[in-house]
Amino acid sequence: MSGQGYNEVMARRAAIVLASVGIDYERYSTGALAFDYEGLLADAGYDLDTARRVQSRTAVGDTPLVELPNVTALVRAVSAPGKGARVFLKDEAANPTGSFKDRRASLSVHEASERGYKGVVAATSGNYGAAVASQAAKAGLDCIVVQEAFDSRHMAQPEIAEKTRACEAYGAEVLRLSVGPELFYVFLRVLEDTGYFNASLYTPYSILGIETLGDELIRQVRAAAGRDPDVVIATHAGGGNLTGTARGIAKAGAGQTQMVGASVDLTGLHMASDTDFNRKSFTTGHTGFSIPFTTWPDRADVPRNAARPLRYMDRFVTVTQGEVFYITQVLAELEGLERGPAGNTSLAAAFAIAREMDDDRIVVVQETEYTGAGKHPIAQLNLAREMGVEVRRGDPRDNRPGRRIVIPEHPAQLAVTDVDLDRLRRSYVRNAVAQVPDSSVLSPIDFAFLAAETRVSEVEVREIIDEVR
Amino acid sequence: MPATVRKGSWVEIHCVVLPAGERAPQVPAETQAVPLEMLARGRLAEAAEPGDEVEIITAAGRRLQGTLVEARPAYAHGFGQPIDALVPIGSEVRALLRERAQGK
Repeated sequence: MSGQGYNEVMARRAAIVLASVGIDYERYSTGALAFDYEGLLADAGYDLDTARRVQSRTAVGDTPLVELPNVTALVRAVSAPGKGARVFLKDEAANPTGSFKDRRASLSVHEASERGYKGVVAATSGNYGAAVASQAAKAGLDCIVVQEAFDSRHMAQPEIAEKTRACEAYGAEVLRLSVGPELFYVFLRVLEDTGYFNASLYTPYSILGIETLGDELIRQVRAAAGRDPDVVIATHAGGGNLTGTARGIAKAGAGQTQMVGASVDLTGLHMASDTDFNRKSFTTGHTGFSIPFTTWPDRADVPRNAARPLRYMDRFVTVTQGEVFYITQVLAELEGLERGPAGNTSLAAAFAIAREMDDDRIVVVQETEYTGAGKHPIAQLNLAREMGVEVRRGDPRDNRPGRRIVIPEHPAQLAVTDVDLDRLRRSYVRNAVAQVPDSSVLSPIDFAFLAAETRVSEVEVREIIDEVR
Repeated sequence: MPATVRKGSWVEIHCVVLPAGERAPQVPAETQAVPLEMLARGRLAEAAEPGDEVEIITAAGRRLQGTLVEARPAYAHGFGQPIDALVPIGSEVRALLRERAQGK
């Protein structure tokens, strides 16, 4: 048996991933760094109709679009006259395992099954694991989920403990690891040992599964309000949620809808730190993922990430942990919808953004997730207090990730902070160019590719590259 | 006398995947200083006592080795005490809506 040490396994990564995903990514290379992104997605063989068909057979999708009249009224209570857009919510918690991840898992597992794999593996501490386990159960495939779940004191994040329980409830084997990026190394070893399918979050199947969400919400808003939504807000972490939703919105022909990504701001916390791990109250949908994945998508567990958020994101905002906990309480007590906090990141952003918009406009919050033991503000905030993080009411601007969570005292305090997309675009171009040993090998195809990736002009792409040289 | 855990029992095992000091190069110092550990659950292959090196059969039918931690490991996550900072929010926002409705 080949070497199982960290470096030895990582050296075999390309071969392991190729065998477990079955996509020859090399085929799509068109330049020194360019590749045929649309070709990669088209060849996956899941257009909207096919995706819908697979999802309808697996109890996925067709979730309710709910207008939130009381939240809208609260927005207007703290807005200037004539301001305060109508707030709608896509209740993705209605999916089988309680999140939009079921849309991703349904196509990934369907593909694994079609190709004759005996099982699937997913590396995730979040809702995706339960979604994959559930779809695998339906398809009669084995399932292994690898999670980063606890710190060196064996303290587990309550949200992740609930995910472990859910995956095991669906009959999956769950491997819980202590803090560290070596989750990927363990994942590679499991793939190699089992020969199972890599149900990665970043394959075309996983992204195409979310297109139905974007398409549905446009058709539902048209039916409810006779017009397209002005703004759709999607929680942004690895980029798949935003990419798939935006593509679905485009396929529904809603060319004027603004696509906004929202992340919880965890600046200052190190994602690979054993001591920081339990000092955060959100395990996904945060800047620890969204900033790195926006500026370099191809850092994922597949050679070319099908999630490419800079192609689709019109605006990128952050919110604080306390604001999300606050709006979670508001959603429950004003609309009678008790939903998991992580799934309300976009709702917190929507509250602030709706105030900026005229009252005849529409903003859609693209998801919710289920709630319960562990996946709940009470559980996550009790952990925060145990870890010495201060939890108090006040001005959310006084928050300090890892040190202090500040729950707003008044809805007028909810705000979004814009992330400078131009800065991220430039960062992406620099990261892309760093992949080639000598930037003089870049050809017009590469410049066109970088322009498409970032929605920056080719002239500006060349300027950024010249600055790097 | 240590309680023997029966063959076939649902148990939790522990093992060290990477020792401290042999972590991925990019991890910060506090993570380098501790091992990469794994916990997993499955059915015990042969009767054993907590602390023994054992084999389990996982839900995916695989065999994994590790140290027996406990039998019938509990799902201990829950909610905990109510959070003071969240309790008043509902009545505050309802009052705001009432004021606005009356102000019309």
